[in-house]
Amino acid sequence: MVNVIADQPAAPVRQAAAGPWRTAWRKLKADRSAIAAFGVLVVIVIASLAAPLYAQYIAHTDPFVTNLNGEIVIDGVTQPVLQASTEGLGLGMTPIGPTWRIGPYLLGADNQGRDVAARLLYGGRDSLLISGAAAVLCLVLATFLGVVSGFFGGIVDVGLSRILDVLWAFPVFLLAISLSIVLIAQSIQIGPFEIRSGSLWLPIFIIGIVYMPYVARPIRGHVLTLMQAEFVTAAIGLGASPWRILLRDIMPNVVTRIIVFVPLILALNMMTESSLSFLSIGVQPPDASWGTIIQDGQGLLYSRPIVALAPGLAIVITVLALNILGDGVRDALDPKSSPRGI
Amino acid sequence: MLAAMSFRLGQMVLVMFGISVVAFLIFFATPGADPSARIAGRNASQETLVQVRHDFGLDRPLPVQYGLMMNRLFVSRDLTSFVNRGQRVIPAVTGAIPVTLSLVGGAAVLWVLGGLIVGVIAGATRGTFIDRALMILSLIGVSVPVFWLGEVANLLTQSRWHDTWLFSWVPPLGYIPLTQDPWGWFKALVIPWFTLATLYVGLYGRVLRASLIEMMQEDFIRTARAKGIGERRVLLHHGLRTSLVAFVTMFGLDFGALVGGGALLTEVVFGLQGVGKLTYEALQTLDLPMILATVIYASFFVVMANFVVDVVFVFIDPRARDVR
Amino acid sequence: MSVNAPLLVVEGLTVSFRSDAGLVRAVAGVSFAVEQREIVGVVGESGSGKSQTLLAIMGLIDSPNAVVSGSIRFMGQELVGLNRRALDAIRGRQIAMIFQDPMSALTPVHTIGNQIGEQVRAHEKVSARAARARAVQLLDAVGIANPDRVVDGYPHQLSGGMRQRAVIAMALSCNPALLVADEPTTALDVTVQAQILELIGRLRDQFGSAVILVTHDLGVVAQVTDRVMVMYGGRFVEEGRKGSVFRTPLHPYTWGLFGSIPPMDGERPARLAAIPGAPPSLSNLPKGCAFGPRCAFRHDACIVQPPLVGGNGHRAACALPETSRKFHIREVASIETPV
Repeated sequence: MVNVIADQPAAPVRQAAAGPWRTAWRKLKADRSAIAAFGVLVVIVIASLAAPLYAQYIAHTDPFVTNLNGEIVIDGVTQPVLQASTEGLGLGMTPIGPTWRIGPYLLGADNQGRDVAARLLYGGRDSLLISGAAAVLCLVLATFLGVVSGFFGGIVDVGLSRILDVLWAFPVFLLAISLSIVLIAQSIQIGPFEIRSGSLWLPIFIIGIVYMPYVARPIRGHVLTLMQAEFVTAAIGLGASPWRILLRDIMPNVVTRIIVFVPLILALNMMTESSLSFLSIGVQPPDASWGTIIQDGQGLLYSRPIVALAPGLAIVITVLALNILGDGVRDALDPKSSPRGI
Repeated sequence: MLAAMSFRLGQMVLVMFGISVVAFLIFFATPGADPSARIAGRNASQETLVQVRHDFGLDRPLPVQYGLMMNRLFVSRDLTSFVNRGQRVIPAVTGAIPVTLSLVGGAAVLWVLGGLIVGVIAGATRGTFIDRALMILSLIGVSVPVFWLGEVANLLTQSRWHDTWLFSWVPPLGYIPLTQDPWGWFKALVIPWFTLATLYVGLYGRVLRASLIEMMQEDFIRTARAKGIGERRVLLHHGLRTSLVAFVTMFGLDFGALVGGGALLTEVVFGLQGVGKLTYEALQTLDLPMILATVIYASFFVVMANFVVDVVFVFIDPRARDVR
Repeated sequence: MSVNAPLLVVEGLTVSFRSDAGLVRAVAGVSFAVEQREIVGVVGESGSGKSQTLLAIMGLIDSPNAVVSGSIRFMGQELVGLNRRALDAIRGRQIAMIFQDPMSALTPVHTIGNQIGEQVRAHEKVSARAARARAVQLLDAVGIANPDRVVDGYPHQLSGGMRQRAVIAMALSCNPALLVADEPTTALDVTVQAQILELIGRLRDQFGSAVILVTHDLGVVAQVTDRVMVMYGGRFVEEGRKGSVFRTPLHPYTWGLFGSIPPMDGERPARLAAIPGAPPSLSNLPKGCAFGPRCAFRHDACIVQPPLVGGNGHRAACALPETSRKFHIREVASIETPV
């Protein structure tokens, strides 16, 4: 409310000064839920990176090899990993349930006798990798297009904006599906690069592309307003070169906007990746992601729900942490979004 | 106002055209693969491939191919599926529309009501415990994948708690036509409605709260308070009313996107034979003509929704009437 | 309540805000009274606390970090700490406010007629049709050319001056006994400004309302007010009849204010005097007289906040002996301060 008295709107950064960054960092550090969310994310990333260690030293299994005839000793009793189903007609197999003890089959097995806990960690690796790489791709592309479009204006802007408009109007999911079905069926050759049909690059590329307009459009708008700002007019008046204006005046301001997007795009990517994988057009076997494990668990939903529940919970926790962190980052960096007056 | 309307109508046609071109290019001009093999499906015979090439004019220039395709989609409407041996694609899509509309329409009612309630209550009690609790719940709602939520719902209502008083009324998965059995239709859709609406209640609640809080800082709110009308009227008649502009825009886009295929995951999980499920099945069999049809159909809905939003906008925001 | 009792009596009004920098006092214990049908001008620089004083009277300070204390008695009723319902019965009905920026003061999605009618119907049991008829009448009364059309128009269709007239019409809709106006002409063109001021002056005669007019523009004060109060650093530094204050200003700050307007007659000075320094930061007010650091006549006595004293209803808060001020005032007239 002090604003009422000394109403000084936060001025855009003239240069990459330390001031605003330090303020933002201080605000973020004071945001306990954001810090907690960041801690959770770090734990998830470390756990996923440790997947091979877990598989080798704790689960003692290879989570990518089927183990239909395996056996496991629990409390001195030897049990098969897959048992004949006792439900329904007695057809099919029910995998072993969670043992709830450190060791093999902590969370039970899936319908091919593979260790769910180990697969969960491996799945996290792919989910995080795809979300992260797609976010980088999306932000780099979007920043490039948005800045070029806003900075140069004119015919370049008109052309790029129209393309972005069409992509934007295209339902995200259908765009992803269209791209997936075309790309995943066969390997494709673009110039010297050949992408195999099962490659992780395909989901990365697809997810990176579909959200690009959602980031590029606001960045373009932001650059356009910056171009009208007095400090840019002043720089133009002083005869600064376009490059100098772009690097010294425009980019430092755009960068904060991009950082605000990072956690949110990561969260969106994670959701999209799991959805595509669930529809079997994302990560292809033998690779696993949280989405594919949920799909594996669909057939076991009523008998061994843990197979579908565990990766889903992992997604919820990760995405929730990303969203909380995203809120914190936005409050810290984007003064407009923090409620005025308090 | 008429001029503005026709301008937007023209814009709509342009965007439609753009989308159909993009979809066409994705399917027919992706480098490094033969479209005829994709159209014919997996392990198609040599004769089928030849026939596909001829039918779709794949040996002719791209614009001709595009024209032929659009003709078969919209004019002759005789696009056929090769995987499903001659199944007409367009009737299959139109037949699935009521299912999708039932699902999305019901969910939309829920999420608009839910979003309004959550947003207004949180905005009005800003900074209190109620506000924090609602915002945490909303954030969780936004973070749950809809297909997983659907599976959890199925696990509880179809299996674990199905025999308790709570969920014994839930019918087996599937769709019951409204015309055939309205009550059955309702019962079959309640769980899917709530599942689909969860994400959007969270999303709309958050957006509405932020917008409401921003509006309540405006000068005209101070004017309204100075008039001596009660705070509830200030909040609803001035704050909420001006916030609705953002709300309606979002609603139109989301509704369009959902009808146009976004509800696919929900349909798959609950076994509802809507357009999304159709797309999903086509995905499993790589039935390209079917996917092409659903994508074009979907984009049509999205663009229509955009147009409707523009029209509704004119009614809720007087400023939009005079611009342009 | 007797006919001659003052309409509004403010005593020891303090408005402070909790902030990171501690408690910030925007209004530091001001006391004044407004008679019926009187037009009072409150003059001061931005941040002097004049707007906060008005908002406190309207009960519009609703920040959770604000603390309002002291007493505001309107027609004998205490307004500080009044509950929302009782407050709503008074504001809009008996005290109405005109805001600084007409461009943002009206809700963009409702017609002018609805917004005026809303206020009428909040305080009187009338039909929607009657409220609309009243709106047309009011718009006509504030000099809007075709009120029948404007009443169904939206704010964005009107010019700034027209919107301010609409806001004034709205403020007048329930014949308020007191009208508070926060820089009502600042955002407007000079020609429109004159018309609006004339309108406010005329309204007192027509509707019998008292007016508190906050401004930083001494020209505005000279044009319409009966009495002037000069505010600095959250306090009144001088107060008196307009004629008296304009003829013999008693406070060095007021001298500075007058020095920064070009004289109406006589020789044009080569350079207008400016008050040296900047208005004080409210979070860090100087000890004693807040104007001290910028005052050319500062002396030892100034480390204590001087009381507002004086005879004949003309009072000032200055530690200078009254006799020496008569001398200094001539001196000031010849000072040219570097900008």
